[in-house]
Amino acid sequence: MQQKLIEISVGLLMLAGIAAVTFLALQVSARGFGQNKGGYEVVAYFTNTSGLTDKAKVSFAGVNIGQVQSIEIVPASMKAKVSMKINKDVDYLSIDSSAVIQTAGVLGEKYVAIYPGSEDDVLEEGAEIYDTQSSMIFEDMIGKLVTNYAAKD
Amino acid sequence: MQQIARLGRMGIAFTQSLGQSALLLWMALTAPPDRISREFRRLVTQLYFIGVNSVLIVMLSGLFIGMVLALQGHTVLSRFGAVEALGQLVSLTLLRELGPVVAGLLYAGRAGSAITAELGFMKATEQLSALEMMGVDPLAHVLRPRFLAGLISMPILAQIFNAIAIISAWVVSTELLGIDSGSFWANMQQVVDFREDVVNGMIKALVFGIVITWVALYQGYTAAPNTEGINRSTTRSVVISSLSVLALDFILTALMFGD
Repeated sequence: MQQKLIEISVGLLMLAGIAAVTFLALQVSARGFGQNKGGYEVVAYFTNTSGLTDKAKVSFAGVNIGQVQSIEIVPASMKAKVSMKINKDVDYLSIDSSAVIQTAGVLGEKYVAIYPGSEDDVLEEGAEIYDTQSSMIFEDMIGKLVTNYAAKD
Repeated sequence: MQQIARLGRMGIAFTQSLGQSALLLWMALTAPPDRISREFRRLVTQLYFIGVNSVLIVMLSGLFIGMVLALQGHTVLSRFGAVEALGQLVSLTLLRELGPVVAGLLYAGRAGSAITAELGFMKATEQLSALEMMGVDPLAHVLRPRFLAGLISMPILAQIFNAIAIISAWVVSTELLGIDSGSFWANMQQVVDFREDVVNGMIKALVFGIVITWVALYQGYTAAPNTEGINRSTTRSVVISSLSVLALDFILTALMFGD
């Protein structure tokens, strides 16, 4: 009886451990497990992706609809190719949508915002978003502001 | 001269105990195994005394530490208007550092001291020599199951701690601080990586489990066979293993996350 009780409680400990790890895997680090629930990939070419990272958000009208899969340089065009995974249920992005790299707040992380187009055809697996706008670089903006200001005097 | 000699003596004693404890562990692990069912039963019994008995304190500490982290994180983050980042702050702090370290310290205080005291008492009452006299190897029968149980328990305890702490932080954030539940989890999921954070945390916990149990076993096995000796060994076991956990945590963090 005593041994039985010990074995049961050790079994419960093991179960609690497995439950904790499962919780951490699924709820806390959903990446790599939960979020691969299907979707299609689209690409966009940017002249500057400064600050954008893998797994950054892709948002449409402020709603999270996917994430950045990879960022690589295409030597032929001297541009950065950003591959994005868009959730399967978002199947209404028109083919002339535009992609803009934006910043959440002043010092927040970079993400890709998709703006709607007007065509009836929609983006599908492997499609390319042609209309893109690169990262705004804070230092550049300040630089321009300063030169403009100086030119006025 | 006297001082230099003392320093030398300390160095020799330290190296000696390091070698002795390594040898003790090695002999305990490589001692010829018993029947599988008996080994297993001894292991389960030790898992009960070492693992199950530490669960409650680990869960309670996790509960409070999660709540405090959420409150303190909120105070700082709200100053920068970034309260949504609370989820990632809490989860990364816990998974990478606080979980394994606090669970390790609790484990050292709860189970490590018990192991040392038990072994010391067994030695003082000559139970270990009695076993040897009966032709039973105390290393294989007493030390090995305790070591293995400690090694298995620590990662489990650390992850239970993490899970409870994150859930309690979530409750405080949503109920008390008014953070949106969806953004709490989404923000967390964006930065936490299973391999990078959860698995590395478990490796840390495993290393801590090995070191704490090892220290506790050695201190207990070499305790002076009297009341005072057990007393001193138990204290030393907790002090040495707690300090080793903190020092090792720095080294492991530098290896895992520092680049």
